[in-house]
Amino acid sequence: MKLTGAQALIKSLEMEDTEVMFGLPGGAILPVYDPLIDSSIRHILVRHEQGAGHMAEGYAHATGRPGVAMVTSGPGATNIVTPLCDAYMDSVPMVVVTGQVAYSAIGTDAFQEADTTGITMPVTKHNWLVTDASEIPRVVREAFHVATTGRPGPVLIDLPKDVANETMDWYWPDEVDLPGYKPKTKGHTKQIKAAARLMGQSSRPVIYAGGGILKARAAEALAELADLTGIHVVTTLMARGAFPDDHSLCLGMPGMHGTYTAITALQRSDLIIALGARFDDRVTSKVDTFAPDAKVIHVDVDPAELGKVRRPDVPIVGDCRLVIEELIKAVRADRDKRDWVDTSAWDRRIADWQRDFPLRYTQEEDGPLKAQFCIERLRDLSPDDTIVASGVGQHQMFASQYWRFNSPYTWINSGGLGTMGFAVPAAIGAKVGKPERMVWAIDGDGCFQMTAQELVTASAERIPVKIAILNNAYLGMVRQWQELFYEERYSEVYLSPDLPDYVKWAEAMGCVAFRVDTPEDVTPTIEKANEINDRPVVIDFRVDYREKVYPMVPSGASNDDVILGPEYNQPEAIQ
Amino acid sequence: MSDRVTHHILSVLVENKFGVLARIAGLFSRRGYNIFSLAVSPTEDDRFSRMTIIVDAESAPIEQVTKQLHKIIPVVKVTELVSSEAVERELMLVTVKATTEFRSHVTELAAIFDAKILDVAFESMTLMIAGVPDTLDAVTDLLTPFGILELQRTGRIALPKLTRHRAGLRAVKNKTA
Repeated sequence: MKLTGAQALIKSLEMEDTEVMFGLPGGAILPVYDPLIDSSIRHILVRHEQGAGHMAEGYAHATGRPGVAMVTSGPGATNIVTPLCDAYMDSVPMVVVTGQVAYSAIGTDAFQEADTTGITMPVTKHNWLVTDASEIPRVVREAFHVATTGRPGPVLIDLPKDVANETMDWYWPDEVDLPGYKPKTKGHTKQIKAAARLMGQSSRPVIYAGGGILKARAAEALAELADLTGIHVVTTLMARGAFPDDHSLCLGMPGMHGTYTAITALQRSDLIIALGARFDDRVTSKVDTFAPDAKVIHVDVDPAELGKVRRPDVPIVGDCRLVIEELIKAVRADRDKRDWVDTSAWDRRIADWQRDFPLRYTQEEDGPLKAQFCIERLRDLSPDDTIVASGVGQHQMFASQYWRFNSPYTWINSGGLGTMGFAVPAAIGAKVGKPERMVWAIDGDGCFQMTAQELVTASAERIPVKIAILNNAYLGMVRQWQELFYEERYSEVYLSPDLPDYVKWAEAMGCVAFRVDTPEDVTPTIEKANEINDRPVVIDFRVDYREKVYPMVPSGASNDDVILGPEYNQPEAIQ
Repeated sequence: MSDRVTHHILSVLVENKFGVLARIAGLFSRRGYNIFSLAVSPTEDDRFSRMTIIVDAESAPIEQVTKQLHKIIPVVKVTELVSSEAVERELMLVTVKATTEFRSHVTELAAIFDAKILDVAFESMTLMIAGVPDTLDAVTDLLTPFGILELQRTGRIALPKLTRHRAGLRAVKNKTA
């Protein structure tokens, strides 16, 4: 069968079970948009290529399947660099196809030419420049394989226009032949036994669950391990939902704005069982003071994470789910052989911290509206399996703190890169992947202004996402730092509550929109929003700009020095 | 002869694919690893090339460097060559001042170090010396008083020593699980 390169590309994407792609056409990718008309693949036309990338990410987060985006050369490609970098930092499987100028024109500074493979090399797991149409099925097969196996990540296929127009003999490769890519998934048996033994010898163990749990579909295995051992679990920003918040062993999020208990349990532990986590600086704070008494078991599918920040006592390379399943067996066997150390004193200390230092805020009945209150009402009025996407900043931290994530794949955010503007397109992508679920984007006013135009996409494509703008008229997190660390010298952080008019703007984009100024309006407005299912909804919550995110470990400080905030009389010394 | 612990020798087998040198160079620059020298050449199998990379030991732990190298898809194998168990060579071309007064001194030095005279002009000559890097350093020192006009070194290449007991290859991490 003779196909053009463009036809071969679309057929290859179909062979990889692509059901939807997000994109925006342009000169160099034109040949590929033609056979797309006849394809089973749904294409969602975005308003900016960055939107296509974040939608693909949101789709991947929600479904576990690779997100696919397609854009043109030059500016199309450079506009999707941010989502690629975001996906790279958060290990999100994503396949991006970019058009390229004709192969013969590469290197001549042709119209809309950019060195796409060069630009994206540091932000992709791998990329390919296709030089011959006959390579296309093999490259697509390799691209999906690389994106979805091992430590997942984004990949990019750069397709020159003349290659897309060449004809080739269609084939589909039976297997992938990459001699330099053989991810190790099965953990070392001896190491797993050593891990189980160490767990039994520890009196203050904590499980430090990271995003790798979700990538490995290991949430059930993790719950079984925790139930079996009775070891408490902290879930990082990337792992919210990987272990249910309503589980008695769940301590919530550690790190800069984590719960006091999660931060302190890690800090005082004698054994950290890190599962698919990477000792990010936002979790460890000052690294050389992090958890000084703890031994470390570190499980990760990426060998380079082991020992990158903290040297593990028991390093285990492997897929989190497979390793945890083996670890459960090893724990059972170890318990048959010897008595495990009693951890009840530790459990009591943790319970005391939870009782004494829960998250706190105050919503006065007639006072200004608090962001935390809006989130709590949203949480309680929406179904338990609601998917929450967020942008980056105070609203993101409040959402992570105050939502209760009881099932995996319900929390979608930009963790590693911290990409403002992530929420709206990511929510759209998630809703496309999970149309039966309610999807709320919890966004900030600063973030919203970066990618709001994708609500036009959502209206046009009938993707009924819901957006809660926690509008405090500031770049709130920056304001918080300027207040606390720059002597209240507010430099370039004020945005205004009503410029733009968010309600009018949302309506102009085909959404239903509401404004909420007072606490008593919160519940009825959310109820109204939750009943709308045929188009996007935006609520402009006018929240108190003075509210700050606590607890907080200041940048450069140690996790010993958690600031609990004005709701607490800070204890002088905490055991 | 002996290697200082200031550097490590990595022998990296890579697929002959588009951009592979850029991928490796990019990795070193963005992660802040310093390269002392880099030599790339085809191998006995034309699908692969071999890079011999000399890494500054101060700039990063060698374990991280090798693990990060492994993450590059076209990198097939990374081997650390322990200096005492490897044969290393480097080639140097050097043009040195050799006026009639000093020409015999220069040729004498060339003879001692088994250097070849590639080119001669009225007041200078170009030598070629192959040797271990320390030898090249020594020759450079000895030629400096005459006046070195131009000098170029290839960066070292290395293979494991063949011993009766075991191969001198220490696999830092074998990628095939």
